[in-house]
Amino acid sequence: MSTTEYVASRDEARNEETNERPPLAVVGSQTNRDERIFGEVFDGHVIRRFARFVRPYRGRLVIALIGVLAFTGTQLAVPLLIQRTIDDGIVGAAAGVQALTAIAMVFFAVVALNFAANFLQERLSADLAQHVLFDLRRAMFEHLQRISLSFMDKTEVGRLMSRLQGDVQALQNFLETSIFVVGDIVLLGGIVVVLLSMDLYLGALTIAIVPVLFLVRIVWLPHARKAFISARETNSRVNGALAEAINGVRAVQEMAREDVNYVLFRDKARENLDAQLRASKFAQVMLPIVDTLTGIAMGIVVLVGGNLVLTGQVPLGVMVAFLFYVQRFFAPIRSVTMQYSVMQRAMAAGQRLFEVMDVPVDVEDRADAIDLQEIDGSIEFRDVTFGYEPGRPILRNISFRVNPGETVALVGPTGSGKTSLTALAHRFYDVWEGSVLVGGHDVREVTQHSLGRHIAMVLQEPFLFTGTLFENLRYNRTDASLSEVQEAAKAVGAHDFISKLPSGYFTKVEQGGGNLSLGQRQLVSFARALVADTKILVLDEATANIDSYTEKMIQQALAKLLENRTGMVIAHRLSTIRGADRIIVLQDGEIVETGTHDELMERMGLYARLYSMNYASFDDIPEELIRAGSNDRQAT
Amino acid sequence: MAFQHRIRMTIAIVATFVAVTFQLFIPQLLGQSVDQAYTLFQRGAGGAEAQQVLLISAALLFAVSVLRGVFTMLHNYQAEAVGQTVGYELRLAIYEKIQRLSFSYHDRVHSGDLITRGMLDIEGVRLFVNTGIIRLFVLTVLIGVGSYLMLRSNVLLALVALSFVPFVGWRAVVTRLRLRKGWLRLQERLGVLTRVMEENLGGIRVVRAFAAQGYEMNKFDRASRRAFRLTLHRIGLQVRNGTAMSFAYFVAMGLVLLIGGRMTLAGEITVGRLTEFLAFMQILQMPVRQLGPLVNSFARATTSGERLFAVLDLEPDIRDKPDAHDLELTEGRLRFERVDFKYERNDAREHALNDISFEVGPGETLGIVGPPGSGKSTIAHLIPRFYDVSGGRITIDGQDIREVTLKSLRQAVGLIQQDSFIFTARLENNLAYGNPWAEQTHIEWAAEVSQLHNYIEQLPKRYRTLVGERGVSLSGGQRQRLAIARMLVQQSPIMIFDDSTAAIDAGTEQRIREGLSQIAHRHATIIIAHRLSSLMHADEILFVDDGRIVERGTHNELVELGGRYRALYELQSNPDADSFEGIAG
Repeated sequence: MSTTEYVASRDEARNEETNERPPLAVVGSQTNRDERIFGEVFDGHVIRRFARFVRPYRGRLVIALIGVLAFTGTQLAVPLLIQRTIDDGIVGAAAGVQALTAIAMVFFAVVALNFAANFLQERLSADLAQHVLFDLRRAMFEHLQRISLSFMDKTEVGRLMSRLQGDVQALQNFLETSIFVVGDIVLLGGIVVVLLSMDLYLGALTIAIVPVLFLVRIVWLPHARKAFISARETNSRVNGALAEAINGVRAVQEMAREDVNYVLFRDKARENLDAQLRASKFAQVMLPIVDTLTGIAMGIVVLVGGNLVLTGQVPLGVMVAFLFYVQRFFAPIRSVTMQYSVMQRAMAAGQRLFEVMDVPVDVEDRADAIDLQEIDGSIEFRDVTFGYEPGRPILRNISFRVNPGETVALVGPTGSGKTSLTALAHRFYDVWEGSVLVGGHDVREVTQHSLGRHIAMVLQEPFLFTGTLFENLRYNRTDASLSEVQEAAKAVGAHDFISKLPSGYFTKVEQGGGNLSLGQRQLVSFARALVADTKILVLDEATANIDSYTEKMIQQALAKLLENRTGMVIAHRLSTIRGADRIIVLQDGEIVETGTHDELMERMGLYARLYSMNYASFDDIPEELIRAGSNDRQAT
Repeated sequence: MAFQHRIRMTIAIVATFVAVTFQLFIPQLLGQSVDQAYTLFQRGAGGAEAQQVLLISAALLFAVSVLRGVFTMLHNYQAEAVGQTVGYELRLAIYEKIQRLSFSYHDRVHSGDLITRGMLDIEGVRLFVNTGIIRLFVLTVLIGVGSYLMLRSNVLLALVALSFVPFVGWRAVVTRLRLRKGWLRLQERLGVLTRVMEENLGGIRVVRAFAAQGYEMNKFDRASRRAFRLTLHRIGLQVRNGTAMSFAYFVAMGLVLLIGGRMTLAGEITVGRLTEFLAFMQILQMPVRQLGPLVNSFARATTSGERLFAVLDLEPDIRDKPDAHDLELTEGRLRFERVDFKYERNDAREHALNDISFEVGPGETLGIVGPPGSGKSTIAHLIPRFYDVSGGRITIDGQDIREVTLKSLRQAVGLIQQDSFIFTARLENNLAYGNPWAEQTHIEWAAEVSQLHNYIEQLPKRYRTLVGERGVSLSGGQRQRLAIARMLVQQSPIMIFDDSTAAIDAGTEQRIREGLSQIAHRHATIIIAHRLSSLMHADEILFVDDGRIVERGTHNELVELGGRYRALYELQSNPDADSFEGIAG
C-alpha cells in the first residue's frame, strides 16, 4: 500500500520531533462546538415546518408508500408461497404437476408485482427526497437574500453553508428512510401475524425472540450512540483542521510550520481513527447476538415444529415457511431502531435550519409599494433615529438633505454611525423614527428593486465574483453591452490594465479576485457602479493605503464617478473630503458640524482638530484623543 | 502499519471463508431437518428416536448460527479496521501533500475544491473500503462456495438457481461505468453550486447594494437545476439497475420452485433438498439487494480515488534536494546575484524579474519601491523559495538557497505580507505560530514592539482571547500588527516587510519602526512599501519597474538624481497634491 509506506517514511523521519509537542502549537479551530448533532426525537415545530415542504409532493409520497406496502406484501408472500408449493403442490393430497404449475404462476405474478413495487418505492422515495432537499435549500437561500443584514453580519458564511448542505441533507435522509421504515414496521407486524395464524403455538414460541431482540437493541443503543457521536465529532474536527491547512497554507509555509502541524494533525486523525474503531466494535457486536437469537428460533422451529410435523399437527410446508420467516426478524428491527438516531439528527438539523428561516424579513416591500421611475436624485434624512439593538440607538435625530448632483462627505471617528447612514439610504434596514427620502419618496413606500435601480454602492472591500471580468462589471445589469462596459472601464481608468490581461474583458477572476491587485479590484468595483448608471452613488472609501500611482487613478476615477451624480461618500482621504461640496461631521450618532472644508477649519471644532492631528484617516485616531478633545471643548 | 494491514486482511479473509462456510451449512441443516421430520412422519416413527434426531439437528443449527455470527463479526470488524486505517493514512498523506505543494499549485487550485477532495473524496473511498469491499468479497465467496455445494448436490437445479448470476454481474459492470461518469459530472456540478452559494453569502453586501437578489437567484437556480438533473439521472440509473437485479433473482427463485417442485414430484430430489436450495437462495437475497448501492458506492469511490491520487501524485516543484543540508547562518547576509524570474503561468508573456542584484546584511535596510506589478513582491517571494529563480542565484551567507533545506531557510526568513492569515485560535497561538516553543515574555515583547500589547491587555482573556473566523475579529491594521509580532517571535535573521504596514496609520507605524530599530542591528531588513516615509531611512533603495532596477541609491542620492524616485517623492510630499500620504508621513 503506497500511502502506508509514504506515511511510515514520514513518521520515521519525524520520530525525534514527535516526542514533544510544542506548548503553543495547535491545529484546527479551537472553539467549542456548540452545534448539537442529536436533538429531541420528535419536535412538533420542525415536523410541521418540514411537512410544508413535503406537501407539494404528497401525490408522489402516497404512491411511494403504496409501493412500499406492496413491496412488503410480496416479501411476506414469498415464504407463504413456498409453503403452498410444498404442502399443496408436492406432498399434499391434491399434489401434482398441475397444482405445482398453478402455484408457480402465482409466484411469478408476485415477482412481477415485487418488481413494479420495488421500482416505485425506490424511484419515488429518492425522487421525492431530492425534490424536498433542493426546495428546502432554495427556500433557505432565498430567505437569506431577504433577511436582515444585521443577521448576516453576525453569522459566518461557513455556518450558513453547513445549514445549506449538511442540515438540509440530514432532513432529506430522514424523509427517505422514514418511508422505508413504514415498510419495515408493516413487515415485522406481518410476519408476526402470519406466523401466529399459521400455527398459534409454534408462532408464539418463535416470536418470543422479537421482544428479546428489541430489548438487546434498546440496552445497546445508548452506549453505541455515544461511540457513534464521538466518531462523528472527532471526524468533523479532523476535517476542520484540514480546511484550516488548506486556507492557511501560505502562512504555514511562510513560517515553516509543516512538521509541527503534521504531528498535531496526526494526533487528531488518530483520535478519530480510535473513535471510529470503537464505534465499529459496537456496530459489529450486534451480529453474533442476533445470530444467536436467530439460531435459538431456528432450533425451536426444528425441534418443536419437527415434532408437530411428526405427529401430523402441522404440515411440512409450514415448518419450512417458519424457517424462512425467523431469519427475517432482525432486519426490520434494526432499521426501526436506527431510525431513532436518524430522527434525532434530523430534528437537530431542522431546528437549526428553521431557526434561520424563521428570522423575520424586516425589510419588505409594502403591498402598495410604488415602482420608482425617474427621480431627481436627492436624498433627505428627516429626524432619523436608528440602531441595531433595541435601546441602543446608533443614530439620533439625524436630519440633512443632499441636493441632486451634490457630493456630501461623511466624516467622523469609528463608530460614529457613518456606515449606518449609507445603509439606511439604501434601506438595508428600516429606521426606528423619522424617515429617509430618496427623490422625495419615503424609501419604505417604494419597491426595493426599483430603489436599487437608482442607487449604486461602492463598498470598502471590493468584492468580486468568480466569472469573467465582463460578468463582474455588468453584474446585475445583464443588458449592458461590451462597449458600454468598456466605456465605463475607460472612464475610471480600468481599461488599460484590463486590456493587458491575457483574455482582456473575458479574463476569469480567480477566487476572491486573487489575480488582481487591491487597487485593480477597486477600479473594477468603481466601473461596476458606473455601469449600473444610477442617479445616486453611495461610496465607502477604502482605508488601506494603495500605492501612489493607483491612488492617483482612483482619485480621478472617483471624480469621474461623482460627476453629475448625487454622492454620499464615507470619506477617509483628505483629498476626497476637500473635494466634497459639503462635509457632515458625525460623532456618537449625531451631526456635530456641517459645512465646507474652509468653513469647518475656521470654526475650529472637531473637524479642525481631527484634521490637524495628521492621521491617515479619521478612523485611526485613538478613542482617548477624541474623548480628550470633547472634554476640552466642554471645559472651554 | 503495513504489517498490521496484512495481518488484518488475512484474518478478514480467513474469517470470511469460515463464516460463509457456516452460513452455507444452514441451508443443508435446514434441508436435513425437513427431510428427517418428513421421513419420520411418513414412517410413522415417534418417541425417543425421533426426538433425538430433531434435537441434534436443532443443536447443530444453533451452534452453526452462533459461529457464523462470531466469524461475521470478526471479518466485518477487521475489514472495517483496515478501511478506517486506510482512510487515516490517506488523510495524513493528503494533509502532508497539501502543506508541501508549492504556491504555484495553490495559486491555480480553488481552495474549496481541495477541501472537497480532502473531505468528501476521502469519505467516499473510506466508505467503500470499509463496507463495500468486504460485501463484494462475501458475495463472491458465497456464490463461489455455494455454487460448488449446489452443483455437487444437483447440477440441473443448481444451474437454474444460479441463472441470475451472469445477468447481475453484467448489469453491475455496465452500470458501474455509467454511474462513474455520472458521479464525475455530478461532483463537478455540486462544486459549482457550493461556490455560487458561498460567494453569494460572502458578498451579500454587494448583492444587496445592486439589488441583485433576482440575478443571484437565477444564478443559484441554474446551478441547482443542473445538479438536480444529474442527481435524478443518477438515481434513475441506480434504481433501474437495482430493481432489475432483484427481479432476475426472484425469477430464478420461481424457476427453482417450479422445476425443483417437478423434480421432487418425480422423486428425483427430496423435499429437504428443495428446501436447501430455496434456503440458499434466501441467503443471497440480502447481498443481491445490496449490490445496487454497492455498485454506486464503488463508482463513487473510483472517481473519488482518482481525484485524490491526482493530488497525491503531484510532486511539489519546490522541494529539498536529496543532499540538502540545513542553512548554516554565520551572519545572515542575503545576496541576489543577477536574478531572473518568469512565472510558470501560461499567460506570463515575459520575465517578471530581470537581472536583479543586491546585497543586504545584518543591521542594514534595503528599501524597494516601484509601481504596482513592477515585481517588488516577486522579489520578496523568491527569498523563502516560494518560487525558484529562472536565472542567477540567491544566497544567504554564501549558500545557494536551493541547496539548503526549505525548513531551515524559511525559519531564517521572516516575511510579512499585506494580508496575512489569522488562525482560529488564541492570540498566543497565533503569535507563536512560527515558533511555538516561544516564552510568554518573548511573545509579550513582540506584541509590545508591534503596538499590539496595549490592545491585547484590555481584552477580557488577554493573550488567551480567541481570534480568527470564530473569535474576536481584528481590523486590518490589527491583523498587520499581529503579523509583524508573529514574525518577531519567529526571530528570523532576515526580515521582509512586503507592504505590511499599508493599513497601519502613520503614527503607529512610526512607533513600530522605533521599536524595531532597537533590534535592527541583528537583522537584515527589506522594506517594500508605497509610503516613502516607510523606507526613506534605508541604506539603499531600489526603484523597480517592469522587473528591472531602474534607479538605486540612498534617499538623498535618488532625490538628487531627479528621476522617477524624485517624482514620486514630490508627489507624496507636496502638501497641495491630491494625495494624502505626504501630509500623513
